[in-house]
Amino acid sequence: MIALGVESTADNLGIGVVTSGKEVLANVLDVHVPEEGGIHPREAARHHSDEMGNAIRLALDTAGVSVDEIDIIAFAQGPGLGPCLRTGATSARALAAYLGKPLVGVNHCVAHVEVGRMATGAVDPLTLYVSGGNTIVSGYESGRYRIFGETLDIAIGNCLNAFAREAGLEYPGGPDIERKAAQGKTLIPLPYSVKGMDLSYSGLLTAITGELRTGKHRVEDLCFSLQETAYAMLGEVTERALAHTGKPELLLTGGVAANKRLGSIVRDIAHEHGAEPHIVPIRLAADNGAMIAWTGIIAYQAGHVTPLEMSHVNPSWRMDQVEIPWRE
Amino acid sequence: MERVIAKGAEADLVIIEWNCLMALAKRRTPKKYRHPELDHRMRKTRTKTEADIIHKAKLSGVPTPLLYQVDPEDAVIVMEYIDGVKVRDAVDELTDRERRKLFKRIGGYAGRLHGAGIIHGDLTTSNILKQGDRLVFIDFGLAEVSVEVEKRGVDLNLMDRMLTSTHYRHREELLAAFLEGYREAMGAEAEDAVTRMEEVAKRGRYIEKN
Repeated sequence: MIALGVESTADNLGIGVVTSGKEVLANVLDVHVPEEGGIHPREAARHHSDEMGNAIRLALDTAGVSVDEIDIIAFAQGPGLGPCLRTGATSARALAAYLGKPLVGVNHCVAHVEVGRMATGAVDPLTLYVSGGNTIVSGYESGRYRIFGETLDIAIGNCLNAFAREAGLEYPGGPDIERKAAQGKTLIPLPYSVKGMDLSYSGLLTAITGELRTGKHRVEDLCFSLQETAYAMLGEVTERALAHTGKPELLLTGGVAANKRLGSIVRDIAHEHGAEPHIVPIRLAADNGAMIAWTGIIAYQAGHVTPLEMSHVNPSWRMDQVEIPWRE
Repeated sequence: MERVIAKGAEADLVIIEWNCLMALAKRRTPKKYRHPELDHRMRKTRTKTEADIIHKAKLSGVPTPLLYQVDPEDAVIVMEYIDGVKVRDAVDELTDRERRKLFKRIGGYAGRLHGAGIIHGDLTTSNILKQGDRLVFIDFGLAEVSVEVEKRGVDLNLMDRMLTSTHYRHREELLAAFLEGYREAMGAEAEDAVTRMEEVAKRGRYIEKN
């Protein structure tokens, strides 16, 4: 079976072509880069709409399959930015109707976990999913991916991007902050906000932005302090959830999974608790179409299809609302 | 004689012999993944705060372990060893009636803590031990002294989150029993905190708002 997956929850437009034999035949990515400021949902949606045709064509060409060989059309139904989600959903509906193929709506956060399991061979991991829009610690329990901890306000990637913008660093902020942090030495005291297994980044962002504006610190030290504090918080909630659930594996995914410092923290914690660490390679960890295609396949094989009248997008669809029949 | 009984997220729990007593040492071990300065600061502060609040909780009538010794620099608390089970693991063994009674009692203790200006900070069923009929509140490592309605609401929300993620089969009835006990203990101040708990839950990301 071959699935085509459409990912358009935020600034990434992704089209993936994946087989039921776990082969990623194509994973086309077209990123909308805002001219200034953060992501503007309408601008990003216009970009996705303009590039959709090209991206689908390129994905099919790369995969070396014709549209007739596609068995199902999967799309990210939520969560995400409404206008961006609608662009992807509209294209997926049109393709499915035109080709007469089943339409499969997929939860974006669940797809991150599923493609992570596919890519790394992890079976029953605790997952730390960190990106520009999400910060979630989840694990499978009785039919669903339960959320053990999450951000109470902004996502870690959101915090990094907003600081990078203030400091005149590159977008997205993560990589540039990591490079600068490598030359940092002084740890500036910053608010550290962990509430049980949840965390909060808005206070940290306000504080680090305030420190930047004083002009007293080297940008390297600011980046270093931001990273050390923000990732220590992630480490703590992950460790708590790992101790609480006793899961045998720890999976790190999402765009921020590319960060080497965070990767080393996750490995340390996994080793400390006798769990096996798995870090999803960046092409499958950041938002992409292959994860939607793959999750579409396993959902479809478990009997899930999305009738047209149920295919409306849901910008606030939590991953713990989704039933996961493909895991006992 | 030393026996590690738990390697928690934050600390190791070790059974030791202390002045001819069997005791529990809670050692906040350094975290390799944390910057040493940040690590030391956090371990020291949390050790002192925890010892302080364990004592304050007792004064409010909430059972907590007896404290024998505190060493802030090395981040160690030596305290009474309680031979009980976590409420988390005891819940499924109980009858419906016992379960409701238990959560009403837990709610009552939570109310006493809040009434005494204590925020537990990690109010979950993993942090309450059951030893026969005795309930003991443990792990005050994230606790703080505050009478803010917001913090009370966050505390209550943590318990609700625990019920939703781990005790989801009985979540509705256990939350109701918990809040009943909480209201009895807290009196007039309870409503603000309960209302705030509901607000905090809705503030979470992607919650369906009614």
